[in-house]
Parts: sequence; C-alpha cells; structure tokens
Amino acid sequence: MLTLEQVSKTFFPGTANEKQALRQVNLQLDDGDFVTVIGSNGAGKSTLFNAIAGTFVTDGGRITLDGVDMVPLKEHRRARYIGRLFQDPMKGTAPSMTVEENLALAYSRGKKRGFSLGLPKKDAAVFRELLATLGLGLEDRMKAKVGLLSGGQRQTVTLLMAVINTPRLLLLDEHTAALDPATADKVMTITREMVARNRITTLMITHNLNDALAIGNRTVMMDEGRVILDLKGEERDRLTVDRLLALYSRESRKQFDNDRVLLSTAKDGGRAEKD
Amino acid sequence: MTLLVGSLQLGLLYALMAAGVYITFRILNVPDLTVDGSFTLGMAVSAVLSAAGHPLLGIGAAVLAGLLAGTVTGLLQTKVGIQPILAGILTMTALYSVNLAIMGSSANVSLIGGGTVFTLLKGAVTALDMDTVKLLVSLIFAAAVVAALALLFKTQLGLSIRATGDNEEMVRSSSINPDFTKCVGLAVGNACVALSGALITQYQKYADISSGVGMVVVGLASVIIGEAIFGRRSVTMGLISAAVGSVIYRLIIALAMKSDLFPAFMLKLVSAVIVALALAIPTIRARLRDAKARRGGTKGGGAPC
Repeated sequence: MLTLEQVSKTFFPGTANEKQALRQVNLQLDDGDFVTVIGSNGAGKSTLFNAIAGTFVTDGGRITLDGVDMVPLKEHRRARYIGRLFQDPMKGTAPSMTVEENLALAYSRGKKRGFSLGLPKKDAAVFRELLATLGLGLEDRMKAKVGLLSGGQRQTVTLLMAVINTPRLLLLDEHTAALDPATADKVMTITREMVARNRITTLMITHNLNDALAIGNRTVMMDEGRVILDLKGEERDRLTVDRLLALYSRESRKQFDNDRVLLSTAKDGGRAEKD
Repeated sequence: MTLLVGSLQLGLLYALMAAGVYITFRILNVPDLTVDGSFTLGMAVSAVLSAAGHPLLGIGAAVLAGLLAGTVTGLLQTKVGIQPILAGILTMTALYSVNLAIMGSSANVSLIGGGTVFTLLKGAVTALDMDTVKLLVSLIFAAAVVAALALLFKTQLGLSIRATGDNEEMVRSSSINPDFTKCVGLAVGNACVALSGALITQYQKYADISSGVGMVVVGLASVIIGEAIFGRRSVTMGLISAAVGSVIYRLIIALAMKSDLFPAFMLKLVSAVIVALALAIPTIRARLRDAKARRGGTKGGGAPC
C-alpha cells in the first residue's frame, strides 16, 4: 500500500523561477491498484513520480510504502521496493552491457552485491525463459549489447528488469510514448500482463486518454501540482474521453492543454476538438 | 634481442598501470588524473620498504596505498561533488607532498644493494639468469592481475561497477549506490597503478618523484593502441588488449630511441600526440563524411561516390 500525505515540493524557492510543483498531494493506493495518471503539461505528474522514487527530497509530508517510511531513504535505497520506467528507452538500461548482464543486475536488486558470480548459468536459464514469454525473439539475443536493440526491445527489457524481482510499486512514466504505435501497443500489452500476473501496485502516467480509462482500475487527474480528480469503480467505467475532458475543464476552469493528448485523441475520431 | 626482451619486461610491468587506466577511463568512463600521483606513490612506498629490506611488504603496502588514493578521489567526486577531472588533479597534487614525505623529502631513493622481488626469485632459483627472472616476474604479475580483474568484473560487484560508467541512472534504479561503485572502481584502478609503480621501482632500482608525470597519458596510449588492434569488445578482452598495447608502446619507444628518431626528452610530447590523434580519429572521420556529403549536395546530385 502506497500512501502520500500532504506531499509538497517547491523548486527554486525564493527566486524568480519559484515553482510549486506539488501542493499538498494526498493519494492512497491499495495493494494491486493499477492507477493511470493524466494531466496537462506541467501538472506535476513526473514530479510526483520523482517524489515517490526519491529523486529529490520533498519539502513536507509523508510517503509510506507498505508501512515503510520512504522520506529518509535515498533514491537507490527506495529502488529496492520500486521499479521504474521512463519515456526514454535509453534511460533504463546499460547500453554497452549485454541483455543478460542487464537482467542480472536487475535480478540482484535489493540484495547485497558481493563477489559471487554476476551471471550464474542457472540465472541465465531463468532470463532465457522470461525473455521467451515476451515473444520478441530476445531470448536468442541474450549476448547482444543492449545498445544494439531497437527502442521497443530496450523498453521491453527495461520493463522485465523492473518486474523481475516483483517490486512493491511500479512507476511507469509514459513508457510507451517514444515508441511507434505498433510497438507501443505491444509493450503496453506486455505491461498489462506482467502487472496482472504479479498483482503489482502500479502508477502509470499516460497522455493517451483512451488508455487512461481502459487500462487499470483507477484514474487520477492532476493539475498545478494537485490531484483534482480520482475516478474509480462504476463512475470510471461509464466515463468517455469527452466526459473526462469536460470534467477537467470544470475542475481546473481551463482547457486541457496537453498537445500530445489532442493528437492522440484526434486519431480516435477527433472527439477532443469538440470540447 | 635485448631491445625486445627489455620492452617486453617493461611493457608487462606498465601493463598493470594500463589496466588501471582502462578501468577508470573505459569502464568508469572518467579520465582519472590521480594516476600520475598514485604511480609515484607506489614507487615511493615500494622504494622505502625495499631499501629497509622488505620488498614483498613494499609491494603489498603500495597496493594498499593505491587503493586509498583512489578512494580519496572517489570521495571527492561523490561525497563532495567535485568534477571528476578536478578531483583527480587535487589528489594528484596532494600526493606530490605525500610522496616526498614518504621518500624522506628527497627527490629520489636508490635501491642499489637492497633486495627486490626480482633478486628474491633469482636467489630462490639460481639456475635462471637475471633477464629470464625479470621476464618471469613481469609475466606472472601481469597475468595474475589481468586474470583477477577479469574475474572481478564478472562478479555482481563488477557488473555494478561496469553499469555505473554506462548508465548511472539505471544503476540507481537497480538499487545500487553509484557513489560506492565509483569509489571501488577508482580504488581498484589506482591500486593497479600503484602496483605497477612499485614493481617498476624494484625493476630499475630507484624511485624518482617525477616518474609519474604524464603517466595517465602513457596509460591511455596503451589502452588506445590495444583497442586499435583488438577493437572494443568485452572487459576481459579490453584488459588483455591494454596489456598488449602497453608492450607495443614500450617497443615503439625503444625502437624510436635506438634509431635516434627523437631525443629522450621528447617522449611525453610524442605520447600526447599519439593519444590526441587516436582520440581525434572518430571526429576526423565524421568531418570527412560530412564534407563529402556537403560537396555532393551543392553539385545538386548527391550522387553516390
């Protein structure tokens, strides 16, 4: 269970560039929740993820994960419990190391790294099996350097690395946004399977409003560093993208101005423009 | 023949230094200037202890001193947040004083008459002549260290160090503390460098405070020469190619000296030019390709050549 209470963050306080990126955010995720996060540019979605992952120290408030207070822990310590994917497929893997070496590093997450063999044969067999389930043929490229893989393949490897030791929380920051549509669909399908199989508590930022409503069991909308909408259950099931955009305008008293959202909804029948 | 044997002996001893530079430059992706200081540090420690009759202890202590020097640079980089190059310069500068202090504030220490690892082996196996002994000792140390390092970089810790130079963000999200792995990498690298200095001292029977000047460039030259031959492949191959590069570097120097191609004092200039040229090759290639494309463009055809 993830709990955020009154979490705030102001960047460059006391200067002309002062920005209140998070304003007393409250959020609670139950075990197995798969929550999609939407919001316009600069709403604080990625900042929220950074706060949870420990990229910076928050100004105030509490963050606990399964009862463990996250605030005093540094980023690499929180990473024992949290798996994370970014939009940029380059960010999650070491390009000059092989696929199996990358997986081996992720496999030992949370354990002490000592002088035992980094890549024992039996682990390599486990990786081969896991890669085979992805259906991308990566099981035959285990000794290839990750830098030689395509963006989609790299992102899939990163996804596997994030969940190989089931994390208590998975943070997906538009992890399919940089991929071509077909690959993005494939990676999203694999994501849903992995999350469902291991019942991983997940937060996923997306700019695709159809995805936001179709995937997971809950949708959170952010604006100006606040959570302005929290949709679940029947209310969410009945919601359409049109209604969602209308709700946004009502709550934030402005138009939804995420340029990529307009593009992604236009593709699905141009409903976004009507609002 | 003596030229070849001499180059092989020196090349293998300096190979340890080249391996240390390979670790920091290619694996951690940081040009580490500590090397100039830690090489002399190894020399100083080895010279003083050998002169006191403890050549083996001198080598062990030099390795520990090198570990410490690398750790200091690592802490300056990670805990104090100093730029990597400046952190190395600071440690190197500080080591100049430390090295003088170890050598009793004299600029050189002679080992004439004192024991070394070479005389120890010669004493144990009297059948061998001194040149063979020197070659044997150099070969044993170079092979043992390269093998140990190759193994180290196959362990979990080794994988973590390699990933740190590759993608620090990924390392952190795999719950590895990159500050720690950087420090370990720098410590191990400088331990190799100090070991090399310690052996060179006992080989040439003296230590000189200015021996380490430009050592990092010599190390880089060896790494680059090795890569020119073997290409950039696995870490194990990288370590071996750095060692081979070191031998070739010594051979080139010896040949140049013998043929009076340039006087001894030009050595560092030549080394620096070799490294600069080798590092410039990718850029020059790209420039040439661009220039070609541009010419093709203005002619309005872009015709393939």
